[in-house]
Amino acid sequence: MRDKVCVVGVGNTRYGNFPETDSYGLGAQALVAAVEDAGLSFKDIDGLIVNRIPSYERFAQMVGINPQFCLPTDMAGRFASVSLTIAAQAVASGAAETVALVYGNNGRSKRMLYGGAEGGQWNPWGMTSPGATHAMMWRMHMDRFGTTTDDLGRVASTFRQHASMNADAVMRTPFTLEDYRQARPICEPLRLLDYCLINDGGVAWIVTTPERAKDLRKPPVYVSGYAQRDVFDQATPRDDFWYPALQEVAGEVYDRAGIGRDEIDGLMIYDNFTPTVLFTLEGLGFCPQGESGNFIKDGILELGKGRLPANTNGGHLSESYMQGWALIAEAVRQARGECGDRQIEGARAIQYACAANIASSIIFRRD
Amino acid sequence: MADMPQPAIDPWNKPFWDACEQEKLVVQRCGETGKAWFPPSPVSPYAPAAEWDWMECSGEGEVLSWVVFHQKYFAGFAERLPYNCALIKLDEGPLLVSNIDGSNDAISIGQKVRVLFERRGDVNVPIFTAAGRS
Repeated sequence: MRDKVCVVGVGNTRYGNFPETDSYGLGAQALVAAVEDAGLSFKDIDGLIVNRIPSYERFAQMVGINPQFCLPTDMAGRFASVSLTIAAQAVASGAAETVALVYGNNGRSKRMLYGGAEGGQWNPWGMTSPGATHAMMWRMHMDRFGTTTDDLGRVASTFRQHASMNADAVMRTPFTLEDYRQARPICEPLRLLDYCLINDGGVAWIVTTPERAKDLRKPPVYVSGYAQRDVFDQATPRDDFWYPALQEVAGEVYDRAGIGRDEIDGLMIYDNFTPTVLFTLEGLGFCPQGESGNFIKDGILELGKGRLPANTNGGHLSESYMQGWALIAEAVRQARGECGDRQIEGARAIQYACAANIASSIIFRRD
Repeated sequence: MADMPQPAIDPWNKPFWDACEQEKLVVQRCGETGKAWFPPSPVSPYAPAAEWDWMECSGEGEVLSWVVFHQKYFAGFAERLPYNCALIKLDEGPLLVSNIDGSNDAISIGQKVRVLFERRGDVNVPIFTAAGRS
């Protein structure tokens, strides 16, 4: 799979509360931006993947394309990487040459609730929401390894600092560790600042072959390697922090990309809740299991300071919860060197990773 | 007081909730591996072609983790805020999420607990209490 496919266009809308549009409008706006970014025309698109857009058919009608490859993917954020890798497989196999991937989410203006839905397995006990699941895992992690909620606070405040350099970010005012400690509890041990930000927004990416990429507007960013492990064997919050699954992902993704962990210039970590950042660092082997709190405490994830700047757009915690899609757009822009004040100097290889029941990672590389 | 959230009864979990009416905690057991699992499902995840049966649990288990909700997600739990949910490993093996009766401050990881039943709307819901308490 190495370097057979590249991202040639990325686009996004603003993020916020936009009741005047919907997921079709947001997705279309993002795709227009991505097509422009790539220097392509809509006629060039012969594959389409949509996420959180109710009808792929209506969306294709709206933008006037009749692709030869088309797929809606599940609304869970873990499907950001799944969507991209399926598109990469379509392009690598020749099933399509140029695939547009479009995410449109109007969850904020529709008052989408993450928790409290009817039919939940644990509803009779009041157990609901992804946040509570992560809170339960973090309590176990603290008990087993001696990590603390201050470790989470350092993650959250680092990403907020990064967001202060991103005009697209919804929350841009930096906060201190003490501010974090004062945030109201939502589901203990997690607090408000451990939670991502639900917003309306759209993100689009365009992938194609290295040959087709040659005469396009921007330097191609290669999908150098990817790996995925699905762990569906526990109905409760997991008691393993996805560590074994992520270890297997780590065992493959660097080999497939042909580079080592120490060549990664920056990380985009799926941060629906702060604990996943620490689970990911441990699972991918950036530090030993249980050591993530110590690993980050001197600022290794901070732009301009640490060796592994992470979530330079502010991530889900401070930019907007675009379910991995905006993190991958940021990975591409970092690899291109387009990020201005928040650019990771000399960035060539950026790694995306998601700690979830579909554990995954993708390495993006400029050359 | 608002209604408590009710389980979504399906063909697989109906025997579980029916047993709760008799104050019995039951889980399915794989005929090939002897392993038990929860929540209820049509086949054994350990050997999907194998037979299985329902077994009554001892009602004893251990707290693996817990959380305390401050956010209201269910109207029926509003008056219980802040309430706990705990991850419990039954002595028979399966993990489940439940509540621990009593003060949130008294919960600890590794704590031994045993089942009791609390009426919530149309169902008897299995919750847990410290194993030593009467």
